[in-house]
Amino acid sequence: MADTLFHKVWNAHAVRRLPSGQTQLFVGLHLIHEVTTPQAFDMLRQHGWRVAFPERTFATLDHIVPTTPQKRPFLDLMAEEMTASLERNCRDAGIPLWMLDADNQGIVHVIGPELGLTQPGMTIACGDSHTSTHGALGAIAFGIGTSQVRDVLASQCLALDPLKVRRIEVNGRLNPGVYAKDVILTIIRRLGVQGGVGFAYEYGGTTLDAMTIDERLTICNMSIEGGARVGYVNPDETTFAYLRGRPFAPAGDAFERAVHWWRQMASDPGARYDDRVTFDAAGIEPTVTWGINPGQSVGVSEPIAGDPADEAFAFMGFTPGRRVTGTKIDVAFIGSCTNGRLSDLEEAARLVRGHHVARHVTALVVPGSQAISRAAEARGLDEVFRQAGFEWRGAGCSMCLGMNPDRLEGRQVCASSSNRNFKGRQGSPTGRTLLMSPAMVAAAAIAGEVVDVRTVLEAVPA
Amino acid sequence: MNNSQGSSLKAQVSSLNSQAILSVSGRGLPVRGNDIDTDRIMPARFLVSVSFEGLERHVFEDDRAADPMHPFNDPRYTGASILIVNANFGCGSSREHAPQGIARAGFRAVIGESFSEIFQGNAAVIGLPCFVADHDAVTQLQTLVERTPEVNITADVASGAITAGSLRFDASLPSALRDAFVSGQWNPTAMLLDRFEEVRAVAGRLPYIRGF
Repeated sequence: MADTLFHKVWNAHAVRRLPSGQTQLFVGLHLIHEVTTPQAFDMLRQHGWRVAFPERTFATLDHIVPTTPQKRPFLDLMAEEMTASLERNCRDAGIPLWMLDADNQGIVHVIGPELGLTQPGMTIACGDSHTSTHGALGAIAFGIGTSQVRDVLASQCLALDPLKVRRIEVNGRLNPGVYAKDVILTIIRRLGVQGGVGFAYEYGGTTLDAMTIDERLTICNMSIEGGARVGYVNPDETTFAYLRGRPFAPAGDAFERAVHWWRQMASDPGARYDDRVTFDAAGIEPTVTWGINPGQSVGVSEPIAGDPADEAFAFMGFTPGRRVTGTKIDVAFIGSCTNGRLSDLEEAARLVRGHHVARHVTALVVPGSQAISRAAEARGLDEVFRQAGFEWRGAGCSMCLGMNPDRLEGRQVCASSSNRNFKGRQGSPTGRTLLMSPAMVAAAAIAGEVVDVRTVLEAVPA
Repeated sequence: MNNSQGSSLKAQVSSLNSQAILSVSGRGLPVRGNDIDTDRIMPARFLVSVSFEGLERHVFEDDRAADPMHPFNDPRYTGASILIVNANFGCGSSREHAPQGIARAGFRAVIGESFSEIFQGNAAVIGLPCFVADHDAVTQLQTLVERTPEVNITADVASGAITAGSLRFDASLPSALRDAFVSGQWNPTAMLLDRFEEVRAVAGRLPYIRGF
């Protein structure tokens, strides 16, 4: 019978129906980091449990790492304690850990795909809501809390209720200056920040078919911002080409057998969906958030609409009817698990080459991983950014959530390629975040205010 | 795979059975607003720690600082144990620190219009049921508590019945979570470890575990 990838993966990993009625689901890949695991390992120790599948568990350091050169111990003593705790826990359990001195270190959702750990047809769990990112390769990936991290460490399983599946189709060609980030912001704007609760989002259509894996990662990353815990794209030739040769991907004949299985796991033509929504790519324009959740966004050519009594207007300093273009910015941040990949940096570099960041703007580029950092440096992008007045930093989560020293101050306005514009998200309780594509951030950094990247692109060589 | 979980497992499992949660009663604390995210409930800087201890002091810390009238600043609600919220409460980050802070601040249940899935799941695993009721019922309860903070609220887990003074309405929990609270199996680790040989069997059938 025709079925969806979600159901096929679910059924292949279901261990049993629990007495509670939930499903016990086997987790094929467990990714861990320093923030949401120390308490989980403590709970394990209290019960005398060991990590059940250390060989299916991988760790990195990302959330709290300083992005300026710092030797251990870190200046932030609590950050140092978390780091030491992760080192000790991984050593004791035999879990591979990529620290700052390791070539593979980076944001957990960037390195999973990059290393070929993330593969189609897998179940993945990580104590971080942006775990939905990994769905870009056709995996079913769940963001979980710390007690669930404990469960996965102890049993390699989760107790879950199945999700409904909503097919989100985007068809047609994106216009120049319109990126994956604009597509997902538009989807969330229409379906709402709560619209995906209870659903897995299956993204498809000719626009998604034509996208690179980097672009699909951006889309799936923000599924959770639309309320959907899980988002995915069916694996296809683009997926297989991306995975071939990656360090943890199958090699040789095994790769061909893997491709055969991966194809079978993709949703079948005629599969039934609980809901379907379609978008026209041509109707999507560069999009920027004006409010305090990722659904409060607007196309650059539209006036901002909404209830003037909404607290978002007072907090952000906007009024209904205004446009988002012309908004003065203080900080420009290019990075995060949403848009900190090589193609993001390349596109931003193309825009800033030969220009300089506005005098009043602090601008930083934080690559999503050390591998991306090295690749960008090999292409000379670090110099392009530096000459344009950007700071070129080390890999980590950085100013996406301000758990390291990279934070907004006071009411600063930040043009950000990250994923959340919640109050206080970037480290200052009164700081203001405008989410947009990396190209839009680059253009805003140069102009000193939000501009329509399409007007800048006209003057840029391809 | 680690086989040393071994023989003491059954003993461990039986010691893990948690208390049944049949009903919760106490005074309420209303926090109005839709889409209240976990960054607001527990700002990220309080996650820089290796334990959950002390998180009760930081619940809504930035919102409280920005607004002296925030209900968490209102002494009339001191001692409240039931949080009353609106739609999509707990959206955003999967940080368990948010429900941990709420539970450690003395709350035993949350009643709201809707919750993010991850928040509701994280809350359930630590024994904090999140009841869902319709908009009118929830706002009536919020208004009632704002007028008479001393009113006693009772939330029955099995039936979903909420009573507060003369106000009565039906709320619900996802059926699996409801049954888990009633049977005392809301902490799932014990169940997940109960038949570990079946876990190994599923793993052994997966092509990517077998190396294709």
